[in-house]
Amino acid sequence: MPHPESVLLGLSKLNNILEVDPKARTARLQPGVTNLAISEAAAAHGLYYGPDPSSQIACSIGGNVAENSGGVHCLKYGLTVHNLLCVEMLTVEGERTTLGGGGLDSPGYDLMALVTGSEGLLGIVTEVTVKLLPCPEVARVVMAGFDSVRAAGDAVGAVIAAGIIPAGLEMMDALAIQAAEDFAQAGYPKEAQALLLCELDGTAEEVDQHVEAVTNIFNQHGASSLRVSSDDAERALLWKGRKSAFPAIGRLSADYYCMDGTIPRSQVSHVLEEISKLSAKYQLRCANVFHAGDGNLHPLIMFDSGDPQQLARAERFGADILELSVAVGGCITGEHGVGLEKLNQMPSQFSEAELHQFEDIKHAFDPALTLNPGKGIPILKRCQEYRALPRRHSHD
Amino acid sequence: MTDALQQLAARVCAAKADATPLYVHGGNTKKHLLGRTCSVERTLDISKYRGISHYQPQELVISARAGTPISELESALAEQGQMLPFEPPRYAGQATIGGTLAGNLSGPGRPWLGSIRDSVLGVQLINGSGQILEFGGKVMKNVAGYDVSRLQAGALGTLGVICEVHLKVLPLPEASVTLARDTSPDEALALMTNYAGQPKPLTGACWVNGKLYLRLAGAASAVEHTAQIWGGDRVDGAIWTQLQDMTHSFFTPSAELWRLATTPTAPCSDQADQCIDWGGSQRWLRTPPASIPQGAHLNLFSGGDRQTEVRGKLDQVQQTLQLRLKKAFDPAGILNPGRLYSWM
Ligand SMILES: Cc1cc2nc3c(=O)[nH]c(=O)nc-3n(C[C@H](O)[C@H](O)[C@H](O)COP(=O)(O)OP(=O)(O)OC[C@H]3O[C@@H](n4cnc5c(N)ncnc54)[C@H](O)[C@@H]3O)c2cc1C
Ligand SMILES: Cc1cc2nc3c(=O)[nH]c(=O)nc-3n(C[C@H](O)[C@H](O)[C@H](O)COP(=O)(O)OP(=O)(O)OC[C@H]3O[C@@H](n4cnc5c(N)ncnc54)[C@H](O)[C@@H]3O)c2cc1C
Repeated sequence: MPHPESVLLGLSKLNNILEVDPKARTARLQPGVTNLAISEAAAAHGLYYGPDPSSQIACSIGGNVAENSGGVHCLKYGLTVHNLLCVEMLTVEGERTTLGGGGLDSPGYDLMALVTGSEGLLGIVTEVTVKLLPCPEVARVVMAGFDSVRAAGDAVGAVIAAGIIPAGLEMMDALAIQAAEDFAQAGYPKEAQALLLCELDGTAEEVDQHVEAVTNIFNQHGASSLRVSSDDAERALLWKGRKSAFPAIGRLSADYYCMDGTIPRSQVSHVLEEISKLSAKYQLRCANVFHAGDGNLHPLIMFDSGDPQQLARAERFGADILELSVAVGGCITGEHGVGLEKLNQMPSQFSEAELHQFEDIKHAFDPALTLNPGKGIPILKRCQEYRALPRRHSHD
Repeated sequence: MTDALQQLAARVCAAKADATPLYVHGGNTKKHLLGRTCSVERTLDISKYRGISHYQPQELVISARAGTPISELESALAEQGQMLPFEPPRYAGQATIGGTLAGNLSGPGRPWLGSIRDSVLGVQLINGSGQILEFGGKVMKNVAGYDVSRLQAGALGTLGVICEVHLKVLPLPEASVTLARDTSPDEALALMTNYAGQPKPLTGACWVNGKLYLRLAGAASAVEHTAQIWGGDRVDGAIWTQLQDMTHSFFTPSAELWRLATTPTAPCSDQADQCIDWGGSQRWLRTPPASIPQGAHLNLFSGGDRQTEVRGKLDQVQQTLQLRLKKAFDPAGILNPGRLYSWM
């Protein structure tokens, strides 16, 4: 959503893959190259690009750098910031500089880390060099249904405690399971209260060893149904339901509002219980998909934007979820960024001095506040007004 | 907020008030490493601000005050079968977690397991105005606000006094095998790139004293099977600890030690005395190379003249940005002045 008086700078036509270096395992890209196109170009060399946001067919590497995007594989393979080597940037003065380099360390401050996730507020990314990973020999998915969110949450903890870092570990609640199954016919157990999808990758021996261990853990935690993919087609089918969860919810409701809080994994059943109370309070349905491996929760609040009251309730519901995430020790955004929408929640995560520090950083790069004005970091006057509002809920 | 923390903040406020710079230190193991000599008389010792403040093995997250020795963290983690992924040097038990973050030091697993820059989730720090600030958090993903935590990695304490650090940790590998073979450094580099391109559990690749060493770590079945395919002599894993703590005989002489961060495919130096680590991405040299490969950065890690610049030159644009960033955190320039660059 651009500022009404701003000029839009579209970078999507800068979409050339400049170089893939299979020996150094890197790819040099213009900022408009889509995330998926990187892995497609690297595939010829048995390599791929790790972070895989669900939006990967459409989102650009420049946008990924700006948002520090993750994906279902980020517990094991990291976020965008872990997979970058070098970023070429234009400053607001129009001067070009290269952050990072060919090696893993740079001489001064790590400006590449600072720019990653800065929502386009510090500069314009004009070229990106990413690290590529060898494609795993084998990947398999274990799918399990559970009778309660708590049992599924405990099973997630037990997998981590067993020393296994799955390539992906996703959870869905009952409403999300049903919607996804109706949409994708992936064979999900529609009666389950929670579903886990656990992807294990690596060498053939390692995957066999880990599939067995994870299957045992899921059974010990009372899985009501269990299925292990036997080939890549079945694996793709099991993922299809999860990956189409958003459009599937889109069929149940005129509109939905996707939240993005991150919470400590152990809090998931508590947080989902609170969300269902809020759902009753605001009289709006909410389906939950959860990057369970890394604690990133995506509640999808269903509403009808034709009804202004519903829109207002959805926004308050969303704000309550974010404040709940902070209250249990998490944060307001795991991967979608603050933008305009979450500006009001920034003061629930940060003190005034911290917000001032952010402002000073912005000033160091963009003193006239030219880039993406009004986004990412709240203007302090606005937070004071928001803080002054009566508290709209309590976490009882 | 503890009294000790308030006292640290008060020291910074006082330093700002009388415009007297501070040299911040923990175990003081890195005073002569990484950066320039910081000739500042007043010191701020944070080594007593220590202790693990929070550890939940199932969340893969540990938090500790900055003065906590690395060895203390490692033993607490080992009890739960976990580790610091970035294998930092322990410098005989003296190195602290705060100093490790400030120096961004990491061990031989760097290309595969990351550095502390990759593991840090959040920090509490005191900026140059004496304000106690928290950034990031104890969760794996967090994109609210700028990533100030990661910015501390390698800043050598010039942006703030690091007080507490939250880190992502990993399970200890089930099995680990080290393979060794005699090669020239050129051959070693070619082999390292070849092996690193394969989907196998490689977590270390170095060359020193005429030998290539490869470390396989992870699920026992995968480690064993890969070791059989790749071949070579099976040796104990002492080499990795020697690289991590820099206790290997290569590092013993106190002469100039240069660190070149480069692509693994950059040509090999013809210097006799060199050590190649990080699968070719890190080259330790005793004299600066005649030419620096494209995109590479050179740092005088230890020894030599530490009154001049020891870090690679920045272009004018970055020099301006970095200086403004320094001012944004430390307007009075009281935190470790000149430690990173003479002009900073
Ligand atoms: C259906 C759906 C699923 C999603 N799933 C995920 C997911 O799984 N994980 C995840 O992390 N995110 C996800 N996202 C969020 C989003 O896709 C990512 O944040 C993505 O990285 C945005 O890229 P984009 O190219 O669309 O950027 P845009 O939307 O075009 O831009 C995003 C921001 O980055 C800035 N920007 C863009 N390019 C540049 C540049 N070159 N230089 C400087 N600033 C720039 C823009 O100003 C803007 O502030 C999802 C979004 C949708 C709609
Ligand atoms: C994950 C996901 C799955 C979805 N699945 C489905 C689905 O299965 N079925 C379905 O029907 N919908 C689906 N949608 C919604 C669908 O994407 C949008 O309804 C539609 O594609 C929006 O078009 P857009 O992105 O071009 O417009 P937007 O980018 O959303 O446009 C934003 C606003 O910009 C303005 N605008 C856009 N283009 C122009 C232009 N060229 N000139 C001037 N103003 C302009 C418009 O006023 C518009 O209100 C899905 C959305 C998401 C995020």
